[in-house]
Amino acid sequence: MTKINNILEIKHLTKRFPGVTALDDVSLNIRRGETHILLGENGAGKSSLIKVISGVYAAEEGEIFYNRARYSPTRPHDAIEAGIQVIHQELNLLTYLTVAENILFEKLPSRFGVVDQRKLTEQAQALLDEVGLEVSPGTPVEQLGVAQMQLVEIAKALSADSQVLIMDEPTATLTSQEIERLFAIIHQLKAKGVTIIYISHRLQEVFEIGDRFTVLRNGQVVGTQPLDGTKISDIVKMMVGRDLANEYLFREDVARGAEMFRVEDLQVADGSSKVSFSVKGGEILGIAGLVGSGRTELLRAIFGADAKAGGRLFLRNQPIDVRRPKDAVRQGISFLTEDRKEQGLILDMSCYANITVTNLSAISQVGLLQAAEEQQASNRLIDSLGIKTPSSSQLVRNLSGGNQQKIVLAKWLFRNTNLLMIDEPTRGIDVGAKYEIYSLLWELAAQGKAIIIVSSDLPEIMGICHRVIVFSKGKISGEVDRADFDQEQILSLAYQEYIQE
Amino acid sequence: MKTRRTANIILREGGIGLALILLIVFFAFTADNFATLANVRNILNQITINTILAVGMTFVILVAGIDLSVGSVMAFSMMAAGTVLKLEGLPINAAIGLGIFTGLAIGMVIGFLNGWISEQWKLPSFIVTLGMLNIARGAALQLTEARTIYQFPTQFTTFGTTTIFNEIVPLIFLVALALVGVSWFILTKTVFGRLIYAIGNNEEAVRLSGHTPAVYKVATFTICGVTAGLAGLINMSRLTIASPIVGNGAELSAIAAVIIGGTSLFGGKGSVIGTFIGACIIGVLNNGLTIMGVDDFTRQILTGVVIIVAVILDYYRAKFVQQTAAA
Repeated sequence: MTKINNILEIKHLTKRFPGVTALDDVSLNIRRGETHILLGENGAGKSSLIKVISGVYAAEEGEIFYNRARYSPTRPHDAIEAGIQVIHQELNLLTYLTVAENILFEKLPSRFGVVDQRKLTEQAQALLDEVGLEVSPGTPVEQLGVAQMQLVEIAKALSADSQVLIMDEPTATLTSQEIERLFAIIHQLKAKGVTIIYISHRLQEVFEIGDRFTVLRNGQVVGTQPLDGTKISDIVKMMVGRDLANEYLFREDVARGAEMFRVEDLQVADGSSKVSFSVKGGEILGIAGLVGSGRTELLRAIFGADAKAGGRLFLRNQPIDVRRPKDAVRQGISFLTEDRKEQGLILDMSCYANITVTNLSAISQVGLLQAAEEQQASNRLIDSLGIKTPSSSQLVRNLSGGNQQKIVLAKWLFRNTNLLMIDEPTRGIDVGAKYEIYSLLWELAAQGKAIIIVSSDLPEIMGICHRVIVFSKGKISGEVDRADFDQEQILSLAYQEYIQE
Repeated sequence: MKTRRTANIILREGGIGLALILLIVFFAFTADNFATLANVRNILNQITINTILAVGMTFVILVAGIDLSVGSVMAFSMMAAGTVLKLEGLPINAAIGLGIFTGLAIGMVIGFLNGWISEQWKLPSFIVTLGMLNIARGAALQLTEARTIYQFPTQFTTFGTTTIFNEIVPLIFLVALALVGVSWFILTKTVFGRLIYAIGNNEEAVRLSGHTPAVYKVATFTICGVTAGLAGLINMSRLTIASPIVGNGAELSAIAAVIIGGTSLFGGKGSVIGTFIGACIIGVLNNGLTIMGVDDFTRQILTGVVIIVAVILDYYRAKFVQQTAAA
């Protein structure tokens, strides 16, 4: 019997926060050179585990052996010294510095104390080539897109010659093309013998790169298994502790009614293509396309969040004039933004204040807030959407991602909406909460509301939408009905305008 | 757990109140003549103007703005009102009414301009109100060619010099107190107040929820301008003169009161009650140190130290509240 070579041995790790046990007697071995997938719902303990390994938190109990030696980092620097590098979900780049400076920040090449620009550019270029990022090393990071920043982070991690590379949801903001490139890089790294610990919520993708996986739930290890021979449904069952028969629950019984909303010749900016489409009551319409193909810009233009260059909007066949979000909201159009924390929520205010902000006149008389009515109304929505919060006065900041998204949904439902436009409805939300969001969307569709969803998660779009419009470089490159859904076709439509050049 | 929760509430709601009480107790034991009725009246008189300015400032800071012009606006309102009061040929009551109207109206118009210019051209209010600080001061000086106006009708000055409750509480202090109460009500009980806090926390989210934040932001500057005008009128009534150099640097004391009171310069957090206590702390500190014989310069140094310490304490308070909230 050959001895298994573990690079990391985690033994009986326990980490407590006031009122919550983040890690509860966690034991786990990471083999040298494997890609180990860490799975679990939000709050399951994945991030805490990584923070202990990378020296951000100290555990109360338990120990870690790294290369067979006792390893107890007290600060992130210790972990980096030891060759353990983390690529965090929130990117930690210095936005005003250049790509090259960011990549080599830890060890800037210098001559007589002055940064050696030529060497810096050379070394950075080599690392950029390795990750396949085609930008000049002198570009300021603030000019990059999120996906490009992610690649800069990876290049930075490569510069440190890490033995263990930890990636926390690296694909959350990437398009499928970029994900492919990332996976290619991961395979290369693996070939070089780098051990990778990989966290993701996208269960489909982990099979492409992972060797083994560990599922955490409520701070405990549910199990560690090889991915070979495991089914997604098995993993989901381990993660949520129950069966989710049909993750997307498409409801055949919801009938599409008359046209609710129509866009004619909408131009987002001068010179951009004219866009026309319509959506029916009770219909869930998906908008697919690559990140940057103009989907978010379209929603923002419809909502009046940004000025539009031209076009007409019709609600129930009546022309409507939308110049500001205020006009859209009055017409019963809702917009759930991609970035919940920055644009959707008032994080440091209570649940009830967030819910009622769309319709303050409903809970006030002559400008005076009616506290009792406000509590009642918000509690009703908190109950009916199943929002988990100790009370309606809890700050939204303290809720989990899934519950935060439900608060955003609640705030629009508080204003009896006709059309819901949702940008990335389940980004960063764990499987259990995703399922609940989908069933809520279906309930709304069943009530006759029209729903438009923009998503980069193709299986999600194909799972819940009646119909998909595909965007490519600001144009509608095609439309596919549910009966004809085909992943490859939708993808090729998404790339259509980019290839023709 | 329970003691922690209680500690949390005290820290969150009463931290600076406690600091004020400690300060008063300290001076009561160390400074002779501090804890006398006459001195209480002194302190109340001294904090009135700053309280009024700081209440208006709180509205602006809650939406993450700042108004550096309040000291100058106060002076300009005062000079304009004083000029109207001295107009010949008007019945006294009409002159007083017109004077009060002029003082408030000037504050209101300048406050509106501060807000409107900042919003219309998306300029930082710091810059706009810095400009307005100079404009209003210049205008105040120009109005009388830097001369002081004297001898107002007694009907007007009586108000500023009357004290009630055994001659302990100045009437003008009651005005400041009423302003605090009304502002507290507006900020916590009305739709307007709710949106002020919401805009300070996340303006874009409020806009995308179907509101027009610019309108509310301009309104806060207008309110701040009106309170500056009111401060000018009250100051004139109390001092029985109108001088164009009054209120030099008053904006800094007002901002200090707001900050010590726990309102965040980034907007969205704070209260006028805190601001009021902040103004009390500055007033008590100045008064107590003066009585103890501490010279002007040292006093200024200590006031500065208190501001910085207050902000540092607020940092730990916020951290503590966050930790206990997570529990």
